[in-house]
Amino acid sequence: MLIPHPLLGLRDAQEFTYLGDASLLNRPDASSPDAAVAFFDYVYLRDNPAGVHRELWFHEQGDRSWLIVTRNTLTHEILNAELACESAVKSEVLA
Amino acid sequence: MTRLTGGVIDHETALRFTFNGKTYSGRKGDTLASALLANGVQLVGRSFKYHRPRGVLSAGSEEPNALVTLRGGAREEPNTRATVTELFDGLRARSQNHVGPLHRDFMAVNDLLSPLFASGFYYKTFMWPRAFWEKLYEPLIRHAAGLGRLSGEADPDAYDKGFLHCDLLVIGGGAAGLSAALGAGRAGVKVILADEDFQFGGRLLAETHQLDGMPATSWVTAVMAELAGLENVRVMPRTTVFGTYDHGIYGAVERVSDHLSAADGAVRQTLWRITAKRSILAAGATERHIPFPNNDRPGIMLAGAMRAYANRWAASPTRHPSDPVIIFTNNDDGHRTATDLLAKGVPVSAVVDPRSDAPTFGDYELITGVVDDTKGRLGLTSVRVTQNGQSRWMPCGALGVSGGWNPNVHLSSHHRSKPVWDDALLAFVPGKDLPNGMIVAGAAVGQGTTVKALRSGVEAAVSSLAALGIAAEPIDLPDADDTAAAQTAFWHVSRKGRAWVDFQNDVTVKDIVLAHQENMRPVEHLKRWTTLGMATDQGKTSNISALAVMAELTGKSLPETGTTIFRPPYTGVTLSVLGGGDTGKHFRPTRYTPTHQWSASQGATFVEVGAWLRAQYFVQPGETHWRQSVDREVLAVRSGVGLCDVTTLGKIDVQGPDAAEFLNRIYCNMMGTLAVGRVRYGVMLREDGHAYDDGTCARLSENHFVVTTTTANAAIVYRNMEFARQCLWPELNVSLISTTDAWAQIAVAGPNSRTLLSRVVDGFDLSNEVFPFMACAELTVCGGLRARLFRISFSGELAYEIAVPARYGNALLERLAQVGADLGATPYGTEALGVMRIEKGHAAGSELNGQTTAQMLSLGRMVSEKKDSIGAVMSRREGLAQDKRRLVGFSPIDKSEAIVAGSHLFTQGETRNTTTDQGWITSAAYSPHVGSSIAIGFLEEGDARMGEVVIAANPLEGREVRVEVVSPHFVDPEGGRLRD
Repeated sequence: MLIPHPLLGLRDAQEFTYLGDASLLNRPDASSPDAAVAFFDYVYLRDNPAGVHRELWFHEQGDRSWLIVTRNTLTHEILNAELACESAVKSEVLA
Repeated sequence: MTRLTGGVIDHETALRFTFNGKTYSGRKGDTLASALLANGVQLVGRSFKYHRPRGVLSAGSEEPNALVTLRGGAREEPNTRATVTELFDGLRARSQNHVGPLHRDFMAVNDLLSPLFASGFYYKTFMWPRAFWEKLYEPLIRHAAGLGRLSGEADPDAYDKGFLHCDLLVIGGGAAGLSAALGAGRAGVKVILADEDFQFGGRLLAETHQLDGMPATSWVTAVMAELAGLENVRVMPRTTVFGTYDHGIYGAVERVSDHLSAADGAVRQTLWRITAKRSILAAGATERHIPFPNNDRPGIMLAGAMRAYANRWAASPTRHPSDPVIIFTNNDDGHRTATDLLAKGVPVSAVVDPRSDAPTFGDYELITGVVDDTKGRLGLTSVRVTQNGQSRWMPCGALGVSGGWNPNVHLSSHHRSKPVWDDALLAFVPGKDLPNGMIVAGAAVGQGTTVKALRSGVEAAVSSLAALGIAAEPIDLPDADDTAAAQTAFWHVSRKGRAWVDFQNDVTVKDIVLAHQENMRPVEHLKRWTTLGMATDQGKTSNISALAVMAELTGKSLPETGTTIFRPPYTGVTLSVLGGGDTGKHFRPTRYTPTHQWSASQGATFVEVGAWLRAQYFVQPGETHWRQSVDREVLAVRSGVGLCDVTTLGKIDVQGPDAAEFLNRIYCNMMGTLAVGRVRYGVMLREDGHAYDDGTCARLSENHFVVTTTTANAAIVYRNMEFARQCLWPELNVSLISTTDAWAQIAVAGPNSRTLLSRVVDGFDLSNEVFPFMACAELTVCGGLRARLFRISFSGELAYEIAVPARYGNALLERLAQVGADLGATPYGTEALGVMRIEKGHAAGSELNGQTTAQMLSLGRMVSEKKDSIGAVMSRREGLAQDKRRLVGFSPIDKSEAIVAGSHLFTQGETRNTTTDQGWITSAAYSPHVGSSIAIGFLEEGDARMGEVVIAANPLEGREVRVEVVSPHFVDPEGGRLRD
């Protein structure tokens, strides 16, 4: 597979380390009353869709940036790739 | 000899080769198969299950029968298809799968017992008695099964791998592939043209069709010459594109020197990873046969293969020139074999065609009927022809069979695109949802006439370039034949007797009938029940015929019956080339520590630690056992001073105004409050609450920390910290740099360490008052070399770790040993390091194994309640918080006994099973300080059981040791030494 790195262009997937669902960006608030339940969901429960999936890839053999790659798990078509740090800031602004 | 005239072989260059020890002569341009046929050799092997004598069936990579073992010794190569083996001078080949000589195989008794070996025989028979399976049945079956055998020796040849990029990859160099490559090549785009054959031209070489009134080979020669002159075109013969992968990536194997007598050290094969913007699949088609009783005798061959052998290789399919040939075909194409053979002077006595409207193309007898039996155990002697219910035996030396052609859709289906049935072609053609960027052309998409193949190749090139935004002119094509071969569906001859469908796995029509009776009707079940198509040829000549038989039995149409899923590789790929030379020492890189050179000069034995090679211990003169060296090194540290390279521990530079806050969230303990110039021990948790790494964190300045990790987790900790920085808290102003390789770090440990260091530092005050335990500083040593000094101790002694730029590591260690000689400075390795950390009760990889918690490590109080950090919330959850196992020490009651790591702990007198299991020994060593074996491990409520005697059981070796529960701190439990 080739991943369209937002800064470096098309890069071979072998340069990356895969982590999984991009929902890992949404770490729960440890001070909230339901933190125990929220963390259980965060750590163990994830969707495993057959289709479009937002997921985290680490450019470990490259510039060490974390990317959010939107990939169709049925066809391996890659619809988008963005820097996780920008996405994380964005979602915070939106929230 | 049955060598004919003409063809595209070099009649002047003779090549000698041996088959089963007998020497033959072939010609340059021959394959092993064509050379054997030209020598009148029809019998080339034995079948897999019934050990039936077999001959060459095809003229290409689809060959199921002619599998041979090439070469010998370590270079022995089993299961090689003689039909694609390019002949070279000195080639050695032998047949496979027989006991005794090929013509008198003792295992052929299986053929007489064939009723016993029907499909499902193993499943049903070897079920009982159960105990017999492992001891009797399986070894017997394993011995009988399999075709060629491996040499068992390491492959001595060199292999390589490489990467290629192109605008257009053309797979297949026949009519369609050549016109596509020429069209795209002239337009100037970067083209790769690959073909598995050693000669380009595909079926153009095998047929007698003319192009522009000239032999097709003239056109092929002209095109190849033009392509060779185009810098933007890379022509790759002997290259099989075996798989279609994601995003335009294709796998290919180039047989670089397989065809050379003496490779002279050249790479034998190269694995190519080709990234192509667009691709054209022009892989041609594979002829199918027609199953009829005893259709597997040597001399029975695909009709198209017969044409190829006669036209390209000037080889007749018979053993003697006077033996007549008979053709059995359901289509016009088969008749061409008769006319081509006649033109070459090979006698053809009849063409048998079941079609009532079959035409005649030449001077041969046309029989409207079928072939329904054959004779000639080691080579065909006669066939039975049945016409209007009347049968007669006709003598012949070879039989050509044609049941139509199957487009080679394989590579278009590797992404699960399902082929679709074409009623006019009577074949599956590529369907929708082809791999991105792929166009299929020529016979592979059913455009099988020469004109259609040429034209579809050019059209595919124009379309491919248009998709790249390049307008290309269609090139002029030569005039050629455009007669489609008429055919009628005729799948098999239904008569008593075994009619082979899959030659390589010995699957007959009867087996398919049996599968139908047993309700193994879906194609996936049919395949697994009968093993149809599961041999090395992957059923290239059999799958569609089998589907047709099953369709007939179920009364369904062929498309309803379905087709199997195609997966890479298209043809077998050797493991050697997949390794691509990355074997043995080159399997992965070796990381040397900065002090490797000096350590080697001091007699170090090295050990692999992850990718690193670290000094394990230093053997001195007179030492004959590693324990002597290790004990000496440990005692030298505890009484004088020792030196150890600890560079491999991960080092991460953390800088920025928010570095302190960031580290508070990374470590479970408070780190932000660390004073400048001080070091603190820290534990990191995974988000699920388990401990996963520990190390030290030094604060060099307000906004600059240095984190150390364990050797094993250096990469993972860095990855997780980057995850936290970029994904969890991008608002924090902090930067991370992995500096593991930048700094050489040397532990200087032992009561004399301060004195030794004072001899290399540049006027730095090392006194306990100024530089106490857990202090750190940036300084210079040896007259101006920048360094970092940390007063930390893994051994429990007064100790320091000193870091200098990596390139000075070797010199620094040498200097320290030199100036500390009078102080007893002794290099020590990982073994002594391990002994001393067990003596001190420090956790390492065996304790931090990913299943243990900070509490179990007796570090539970470190998990701060005042702040959130990774894993803090989950570490307090039910189940983890209640875990009562604690890290404690163990001392054997009988001091002469050794405790073994991995032993499980049980209360004395208790039965031993998983429910009474009390914990396990994580690390054990002989302690020269204590004078006996010692261990640490996790024990249920271990901290409350000091003094109790428990059993450390090692049932694997049938041993057990009575041990006393003690403090894990065997040396200086108060920690006075490291604070002095």
